[in-house]
Amino acid sequence: MNPSRSSSLKSPAKAPTGIAGFDAITGGGLPCGRTTLLVGGPGSGKTVLALQFLAHGARACKEPGIFVAFEETSKRVVGNAASFGWKLTDLQRGKKLYFMDAQPLPDLIQSGDFDLGGMLAALEVKTREMGAKRIVFDALDVVLALLPDLAAERREIYRLHAWLLARELTGIITLKSGADETNSISQQPFGFMQFMVDCAVILNHSVVLGVSQRSLRVQKYRGSGFDENESAFLIGSSGFEVAVAHTLSRVDVKVSNERVSSGIARLDTMLGGGYYRGASVLITGFSGTAKTTLSGAFAEAACRRGERTMFVCFDTNSTEVVRNLSSVGIRLDRYVKNGSLRMISARAITGSAETYLVRIKALAQEHGARCVVIDPVSAWSKSGNDLSTQSVADRLIDWSKGEGTTLVCTSLLDEMSGQGEGGSQLQISALVDTWIHLNYLIQAGERNRGLSIVKSRGTTHSNQVRELILSDAGVTLADTYTAGGEVLMGTLRWEKERAERALHEAAEVAAKLKRVKLDAEEAELEVRLKSLQTELIAKQVEKALLVRTTQSDKGELSRGRTQMKELRGADAAIPGRKVGPS
Amino acid sequence: MSRRAMFKFRLYVAGDALNSAQALANLTALCRAQLPDRHEIEVVDVFREPARALADGIFMTPTLLRLAPSPVRSIVGTLSQTQPVVQALGLDAIAA
Repeated sequence: MNPSRSSSLKSPAKAPTGIAGFDAITGGGLPCGRTTLLVGGPGSGKTVLALQFLAHGARACKEPGIFVAFEETSKRVVGNAASFGWKLTDLQRGKKLYFMDAQPLPDLIQSGDFDLGGMLAALEVKTREMGAKRIVFDALDVVLALLPDLAAERREIYRLHAWLLARELTGIITLKSGADETNSISQQPFGFMQFMVDCAVILNHSVVLGVSQRSLRVQKYRGSGFDENESAFLIGSSGFEVAVAHTLSRVDVKVSNERVSSGIARLDTMLGGGYYRGASVLITGFSGTAKTTLSGAFAEAACRRGERTMFVCFDTNSTEVVRNLSSVGIRLDRYVKNGSLRMISARAITGSAETYLVRIKALAQEHGARCVVIDPVSAWSKSGNDLSTQSVADRLIDWSKGEGTTLVCTSLLDEMSGQGEGGSQLQISALVDTWIHLNYLIQAGERNRGLSIVKSRGTTHSNQVRELILSDAGVTLADTYTAGGEVLMGTLRWEKERAERALHEAAEVAAKLKRVKLDAEEAELEVRLKSLQTELIAKQVEKALLVRTTQSDKGELSRGRTQMKELRGADAAIPGRKVGPS
Repeated sequence: MSRRAMFKFRLYVAGDALNSAQALANLTALCRAQLPDRHEIEVVDVFREPARALADGIFMTPTLLRLAPSPVRSIVGTLSQTQPVVQALGLDAIAA
């Protein structure tokens, strides 16, 4: 699918159409020097595609082109295409583009057989004069219808085809298909053209559940691979926009490790630092669970960081969103005023999911948005069939990843269906990086909001359900309590908190009291210790005194006895002691 | 319309293609029968004079233009069905 690779190989050279998605499908454009058949019902965009092919060739590829108008006059064709901004008249003046009016006159009288020799001769001159490389025959069926029989029709088609091939012109022939059912085209008289040409593209315009949906399919492409599936497309303000599901080059985009705030400090903590830059975030919940508030907080945080942000509201008017969010302290009005935030009321956009995606892409590009909020993305499933909406959601995420845009989508869950956490209707929950689920808990006569993170790729995240509290001061997350296997929120949580607080206080007081008591006891003991010590000292002194007194008494006594003996002298000597002659 | 008015025709042909040759033959036969000495036929070969075909807006060959008397009428094809051709060229009035 890489254009540069395919052109270097043997496959036929491609003439780019300038329609990004279409060139991706065909691997670079239409077959160069060959004929492409463009089949579609009324209003399916045949002329627009063909014109865009010519305009792109003339402007960007130096391939002048000729437009042969069989049905509408060239003036009207140019006039109708004026809104696309291709500046066809400039190209005409610069002889890069030539319109040939080949409408059969209304009062044309026809008698017998004729051929297109005159036209080809005229084109021959013009082609040589301009050096034309591209040519479009718009509504060839108009002129074919004039031919008297089927054989003549075939002959003229072959003549035209041979002429184109001989001059190596890259041609587009557009044909009407009668019914919506494009498969039945081969039953039509010129159905065989699909076998003759080298490339056939079928444009389809259908209405599914009242919503217009356009799609195109490359039916065949000789000598080249192509995307065989139907691709949705849209005729936008600058022409064709073909939606391609996956462009391979985009898959490996640079991933960022940068974190961006969710706008709620506590939620950032729960997510381990916030969302990743370029991540896709899905917020699911029933109506009234504060999905918009949460995404509004994200938008405000982004604007505060100075990042250009786009907020797409599907459910409510954007001015209402700004007003409503200001009631919970999310002030978006100043960012709207300074231009960094772009609010889009998408209710005004009608059409298929494809239309929404293309518009959002275009607007985001125009605004240079780094952060995009879509509230809610589930609004898409209302428009058209589920299958296409699903693929649009896929591409939305694919696109935001490719652009590195941080995307926050909300998705409304249907209360009636009781999906619970069964995922969003669009099933994009599998694709997103972070999925936050909001729900109500009805308990004790209260309805409280709970927030939980279902998944968050690549970040640690809290497993706890937190209560989401909205107040005029802002959005906060509170811890929830579990009691008896039930999560407590609201008043119950408050009561529990209060009870815990009271308990805590009581415990604190008790501890204080105990401490005081112990202090007192300690002091008492200390005092006692001191008095005992003093007593001890007194006793020791007393004891010392006693010892001394006893010793001196003893000495005194013995001394006294000796003295007394000496004084008496007459007393018999004390046995064992010789005092004198006996 | 005057009985003696001149009829001017221009026939665009594509080389010697069969239908072009048929148209020229049919026209010549018709003029000889209905407008003896009162007609001029100019034959333009779009292959030889493609610029002229482009300028005149001729895309289908053969194409016959009745330039005079006015208004200009054009008929595409081999002119093989005589009756509509006679009517379209206003020759039925003469025949009557």
